[in-house]
Amino acid sequence: MSSTTPKTLFEKIWDKHVVQYKEGYPDVLYIDRHFIHEVTSPQAFDGLRKRGIGVAKPKQTIATADHNVPTKNQHLPIQELLSRHQVDTLIQNCDEFGVELYGLGHEKQGIVHVIGPELGITLPGMTIVCGDSHTSTHGAFGSIAFGIGTSQVEQVLATQSILQYKPKTMRIEINGELGRGVVSKDIILFIISKISASGGTGYFVEYAGSAIESLSMEARMTICNMSIEMGARGGMIAPDQTTFDYIEGREFAPKGEAWEEAMAYWSTLKTDEGAQYDKVITFDAKDIEPWITYGTNPGMGIGISQEIPELAVNSTEKDMEKALGYMGLDKNQLLKGKKIDYVFIGSCTNSRIEDLRMVAEFVKGKKKANDVNVWIVPGSKKVEAQAIAEGLDKVFTEAGFDLRQPGCSACLAMNEDKVPEGKYCVSTSNRNFEGRQGPGSRTFLVSPLMAAAAAVTGEITDVREMI
Amino acid sequence: MNITSSAVPIKLDNVDTDQIIPARFLKATSREGFGDNLFRDWRYDKENQPIEGFVLNDSKYTGEILVAGKNFGCGSSREHAAWAIADYGFKVVVSSFFADIFKSNALNNFILPIQVSDAFLGYLFEAIEANPNLEINADLKTQILSVPSLGMSTNFEINPYKKECLLNGYDDIDYLLALKEVTQVYEQTHIYAGV
Repeated sequence: MSSTTPKTLFEKIWDKHVVQYKEGYPDVLYIDRHFIHEVTSPQAFDGLRKRGIGVAKPKQTIATADHNVPTKNQHLPIQELLSRHQVDTLIQNCDEFGVELYGLGHEKQGIVHVIGPELGITLPGMTIVCGDSHTSTHGAFGSIAFGIGTSQVEQVLATQSILQYKPKTMRIEINGELGRGVVSKDIILFIISKISASGGTGYFVEYAGSAIESLSMEARMTICNMSIEMGARGGMIAPDQTTFDYIEGREFAPKGEAWEEAMAYWSTLKTDEGAQYDKVITFDAKDIEPWITYGTNPGMGIGISQEIPELAVNSTEKDMEKALGYMGLDKNQLLKGKKIDYVFIGSCTNSRIEDLRMVAEFVKGKKKANDVNVWIVPGSKKVEAQAIAEGLDKVFTEAGFDLRQPGCSACLAMNEDKVPEGKYCVSTSNRNFEGRQGPGSRTFLVSPLMAAAAAVTGEITDVREMI
Repeated sequence: MNITSSAVPIKLDNVDTDQIIPARFLKATSREGFGDNLFRDWRYDKENQPIEGFVLNDSKYTGEILVAGKNFGCGSSREHAAWAIADYGFKVVVSSFFADIFKSNALNNFILPIQVSDAFLGYLFEAIEANPNLEINADLKTQILSVPSLGMSTNFEINPYKKECLLNGYDDIDYLLALKEVTQVYEQTHIYAGV
């Protein structure tokens, strides 16, 4: 391919990171930043020990404890023994292999996909991996970021590179203006319900169009975060002034001359005119309303004014029956008015300061419904500190919300934050799989605004009727 | 890798990794023992009693081949899902579509993911239902999945590099470590290396 062939953003970054190309083999891709956490790294460190090798680039490796940590009393030893052992193992491994750890109690601790961007570690044009499928979040900066398994975590620790086949490219364009009460979470839930939970498999997605360009960085992260929920390897958005403004001045962001050098590179990070994608899908922002899932995969979603369909896209009768049976719902049912038990506001999808501000602005002066438990879990210590500095904690407390400490929490219920069997949880997280929020739990995925509305009314609510 | 075995059918689409191994069982720091919790919440009730009707609790179905509906392994990147499947004793998973990360995790654990057409998968489910002892053959060398007694067979794709790894027991780290010098040369001019 000649250098004048137009390239997509994805191809530009990918090609720049290929250390070795060999016909018939996967590409050897250089990895710029590697995030690790307690759950998917211990076996990888064990592998290094067995081979008698160290971490190739410890300074390009960043660790935090998030999946398995309690969200109450983080100053005390972790009660649950297996969890404590796993977090302690991370501490020992980071110490032994010379990796910086933002562990429990550290001012930079938080959900791995929240801290990377907020510290200025995540930058445009990077390749970023982590043993977590929501690594796609970092694509919001115009980077190639994707989740990997533990064997691959070991590969990257050992060599700072990874073997990967180049995925196909897909462009998803959203044009127009978003309606009232519609936020970025609604965009991504809408997209997934249109193309299904497997519609993106084999592809790397670039999101574009005027509706995407109008979004803040945090809103863009929410969209890229859920790329994996349609099966895509990752999702990305071309960096622009919004991106550069967000990064400038952050702790690990380049400064001075390095900033100028970085900007020179970043300004090349856009898809060339005439570049070809393997697939292009276009949507109109006006077709998006506040969105909600009704089933047991993120592709089973509808607009709040719509009825549960006979069949989700790319689904079967049997799947629908199993999903609706699990959820205790019926075809052709409207979700509005359905009583709920829990509200969870948090996760790497929606736990950043803008999410908390959005919720606080809505609930200020209101109270949660009596019989609903509301958990609000900031994504990081920094988000928590910022929320307190802005007085959002008081708004939440007055509304009867339980403001907890940072971690993945009830998104995957690895710690004690579990939704009981059969209970309904309106959640800002990313997965509504069976038992995801605790054995037998039933999840409705929504935006932070929709979650806040449900918290106040105690039932599934169209937030547009309250703003 | 040439496996001849009866199969265990899970006739459901979109089997996600939270079903294969729920998050609360991811607290171990070794790779062993995950098979006990494979499909935990479909397999056991709250009192840890086997749930009747789930295929792993049905003695009719045994074997080293798992046959499942499309988009198998979607969701989380947890390699624990592949470890659980291998630890339970499966060596092959057949589906009409695999989620990307699961497929890669399976291959890295010497589990062979075989993708067949929706139609072939449908026939396979019917044939296993009609005869739970039905012998299925998965031959990596020829890349053919067959049911000899029914004269059914299909080719499957696998990347030549991964095929070589599976046949010879190689792993990716050996391959990458051998490229250390190439990587170091690359790092000298790369913007984000050498922090």
